[in-house]
Order: sequence, then C-alpha cells, then structure tokens
Amino acid sequence: MQIECFLEESARRTPDKAALVCGGTRWTYAAIDAEANRLAHALMARGVARGDRVAVCLENTPEAVFSIFGVLKAGAALVLVNPTTKSEKLGALLGDSTACALVIADRKLESVGGAPSRSDHLRTIIIVGEPQRLPTGSLTRDIAPEVFTWKELVGTGDAAPVAERAGDGDLACLLYTSGSTGRPKGVMHTHRSLATATGSIAEYLGSAPDDVVLSVLPLSFGYGLSQLLPTFLAGGTLVLERSFAFPQVTLQRMAGQRCTGFAMVPTIATILLQNDLTKFDLSSLRYLTNAGAGIAPELLKQLRQRLPWVRIFPMYGQTECIRVTFLPPEEVDRNPTSVGRGMPNQEMWIVDEEGRRLPPGNTGELVVRGAHLMRGYWNLPEATAQKLRPGPVPGEKVLFTGDLFRLDQDGWFYFVSRKDDIIKTRGEKVSPREVEILLCKLDGVLAAAVIGIPDALLGQAVKAFIVRKPGAELDEKAVLRHCARHLEDFAVPKKVEFLEELPKTANAKIDRQALLERSEPA
Amino acid sequence: MSDIAQKISDFIVDNLLLGRTVDIVGTSSFLEAGIIDSTGVLELVQFLEETWSFSVKDEEMVPENLDSLARLVAFVNKKLAG
Repeated sequence: MQIECFLEESARRTPDKAALVCGGTRWTYAAIDAEANRLAHALMARGVARGDRVAVCLENTPEAVFSIFGVLKAGAALVLVNPTTKSEKLGALLGDSTACALVIADRKLESVGGAPSRSDHLRTIIIVGEPQRLPTGSLTRDIAPEVFTWKELVGTGDAAPVAERAGDGDLACLLYTSGSTGRPKGVMHTHRSLATATGSIAEYLGSAPDDVVLSVLPLSFGYGLSQLLPTFLAGGTLVLERSFAFPQVTLQRMAGQRCTGFAMVPTIATILLQNDLTKFDLSSLRYLTNAGAGIAPELLKQLRQRLPWVRIFPMYGQTECIRVTFLPPEEVDRNPTSVGRGMPNQEMWIVDEEGRRLPPGNTGELVVRGAHLMRGYWNLPEATAQKLRPGPVPGEKVLFTGDLFRLDQDGWFYFVSRKDDIIKTRGEKVSPREVEILLCKLDGVLAAAVIGIPDALLGQAVKAFIVRKPGAELDEKAVLRHCARHLEDFAVPKKVEFLEELPKTANAKIDRQALLERSEPA
Repeated sequence: MSDIAQKISDFIVDNLLLGRTVDIVGTSSFLEAGIIDSTGVLELVQFLEETWSFSVKDEEMVPENLDSLARLVAFVNKKLAG
C-alpha cells in the first residue's frame, strides 16, 4: 500500500471528518486530499517525475502535511528536513539528495540565504508564507531555481486525483540521521517499509477513528512522522503543534481538543511533570508514548501516579526501521526499565561480536528483521552493507542496530548502550564528529572534542572541549555563536570548556571517558 | 529602550540568538520566529527569576507573557508591581 492511500482511503470513508487541527484551524480529510492533489499536479507540471526527490523544510504547519502527501502523490520521494537546519547543511542535504524541488517557509528562506541555489538539481522552490515577503538577492525569478509562493503555484490548481502513481517498492522518503562519521546519512524508506511500520504501530496502539493524537514533534523526525501516519491510516484526528515551548498552551490544547494520545521524548515528560496537571481536564487521554531516548523509571512512576487512567507505552526504535519495540502498558509498573518486546510483523534477537545469536540472559547487539527495514543509506553502499547484513533467507537483509541490549529469561529487552559515541539530546541524535569538524573550522581552534554529558532535562547535553591555538582569544560565546550559525538548534553545545590539551588514550585517540569524568552534570 | 527591555534583549542576544541577527523589538512571536524553543523558554524564565527576584508560576508561562519583548517587559513590570 502506498502511503498517500492512508489519506485517500480516509478521505473516501469520512470526507468531512476533521483530520488535522493546527493553530486555530481544522482541516477535513477531503480538504487535505484536495490540497495534496493540487500540490502533486503543480509539482508534475514543473517536471517532477516518479522517483525524483522533493525536499520539505517546514515547521509543523498544515502545509507540511499537504506537502508530505502531495509529494508522494506525484510519485516522488520526500526529503524531510528539520526546520532548524541552517544554510550550509540544508545546501548539503539538497545536494546529496539531488532534490529537484524544495518546499520551505518564507522566514526560513530568508535566513538560509543562497543555500538552495548551490544545488544544481533544484528547479523549483515553493515558499509557504505571505507573498509580500518574497526573497530578494540571489534567489530571484530570473535564475534557476524558480521561486513560487504556495498560493500562486498550488492555490488554484487541479484538485482531481493524480492518475499515475509510485509503486510500493518506490522510495517514499529520505530521513537524514546523524552518523558517527559526521556526515548525515539519508535513510531510505520505501512505501512498503513505511506502511509496514505504520501498520504495526497502529496495531499495538489500537489506533482508531476516534483517536485525537496531539503531536509537538517535528514531522521531519521519524517519531513525529509516526504520529501523522498511523492517525491518518486509522482515520483519526491529528492535533499538530509547533513545539512544546509553552507546556500550558499544549495542556490547554490537550484538554480542549479532548486528545486521546500524546507522544513524548523524556525531555517532554520531565517538563510535563513540572506542571500541575490537575488544572486540566485530561480525562480523555488514553495513552502516552515515549521514544527518542529511554525514559527513566522515576518519570514513569510519576506519570503513573498523576495520570493513573492513562496507558503508557515506553518504546524503542531507530530511523532505520522507525520502530522496534514497545512495553505493554500493563508491564510498566512491574518492569519499568525494559523497552519491552518486538512490535507486530517483525522479529528481533541479540548477537555476539561475531554475529552469533545469543540466548536469553545475555547482552549483545540487537538485530531486527522485517519488512519495515530501510532499503539502505542513500548513496552510501558501504555504510549500508555494514548496517544491513545477510539474514536467514537467501537474499534477505537484517538490520544490525548498533545498539546493545540485554535479553532476560522472560523475553524482555533492556537497552544497555550504543556501540558508537552518538549523543542523544532531547531525543535527537547528534554526531560528535559533525560538531568537532565544525568547531575545527573556527578561527583560533587547534583541536576540539565533543561528548554527551548526563543532564536531568535533556538526557545528554552536548559539551565541547576546545584547545585554543597559541595566542588565540576565543571565548565561549564566540564558540556558541559559530555553532548556532551552522547547526540545528538541538545540536548546539550547552557547555564549552577550554583545555590546554585533549586527554589521549594509549593508542592516541581522544580519551572521551576522561573528558566525561571531568564533567559535572550540566 | 527601558532598562528592563535592554536587559531582556541582551539576554536573548547573548544566550538564545547566539549571533543570529533578528530584530528583537519588531518580532511579534519569538516562537514563530524560531528564537525560543522548549528549553529556551526555561532558560528565559530562569533569567527573569534570577534577575528580578520573583518566581514565575506554571500558569504564567504562556505566550501572552513571554513570546515577545513587549510582552516580556509588561510581564516583568506587572510582577514587580506585585
């Protein structure tokens, strides 16, 4: 099944039902389907063809939802880019994916300057926003790519269904994720892999047409996307918020819209619990989910005490297969440190260093099997071969997650650690290498090392250690300014420490353990 | 610019904007302009509490009080007036 069919089927069954509530506006399934059709026709008229990539760099707005389905209806694959991505990286992602079109917010386009024009393949930019704020400078209408506003390109277009479609083996999206090399990797999901993951999630959450799911997570994030897709598959309502910056507003929305489901990362759970929840009527809330990073048993305990009628699903997944496990809510009190067992339609096991399967009672690397696995990393055959390795059936590939898990005698899995040094902050992945490479480009930096240090709110906080060049006058603010100009907001270090030299291990590598030991929690 | 506005503006420039050039005075929503996010709001509230020695209640952490410079100044004045 193609992903856009989730929308189309629900629009056919319940055209007038509220599919999306965003800001103060409600959108029916029929209205979203029509707007997505208009975008698809507009993209195709601009030369976008089956298999092409179209980048979408938008906050959680209605246009982000229209774009996701419109791009897929045009037979193209989505490149979902975090809206806080800065100029240089956006240019790199456009170049790497060879996207031929970009949908972006007007405010964002001004802030990214000429980045999109650095990609030779980009032919069309669609700006979401007010026409009077069309960009000036390098992105004018007389050079490629051509710039249009959403209103002029999509606004009055053809709302009829698109006849030609992608197949379910075609790429549906590239989700860029941080890699330990510092180079972002485009995780390729087909319609089939994404639909399989969506179906499994909808099954164990019991997604239903009366669902009202509240999401503050960016749609560019696998976990954010997996709020939209199961909800639309089930024909429910998605209440989409831009952020969790004002928890009181989110809680009011949750109560006012009679929300039944809410997706958290541990940072959100921590902030949620800082608020008096009794002031809000949350009686309609049926479930909470947690993913992105493991949730502390203490947070689970507090959530259970304060929202005793709510079912809580601690979960584990990674972009490469969207989701792997969930802990059934009835196990949360008994087994709060476990991430549960495998979700439906997949298998998982643990292996030793040689790839041999280990029995319960051991710790090993988690291996996942199923139709929800990515096709690989875009243009990175070696990284793909490392992650997707031969499985039990000839020709089959299974996913080596790079995460160590313990499996107990009763079949419950427990996350132990990552095998690489990727930092998890606010549920997002940050590559220390990417930040280190960036820091070394700053004048006055001789050497840099970046680690994650324990942080009560963020899980891990990004900390940078810097050795200045002799005579260089570099302070923390200059370092942070440099990072903020180039990195997504979540990847900017929270702390900077200057050292005379970086500690090294016996084989001359940076001694990250020593750096961790000298760091107080943020 | 009042002393309160200046202090808040300096804090935002130094700690939240980190070198991005944004017209703080003219911005009608820090959230929509991408200046603050969930941890940014917490940092901002901590700054207000430490600078003017009052405590911000849960129900005061709303856009009406915190989402623009004008709103922040009005909020601080209201808190200081008790």
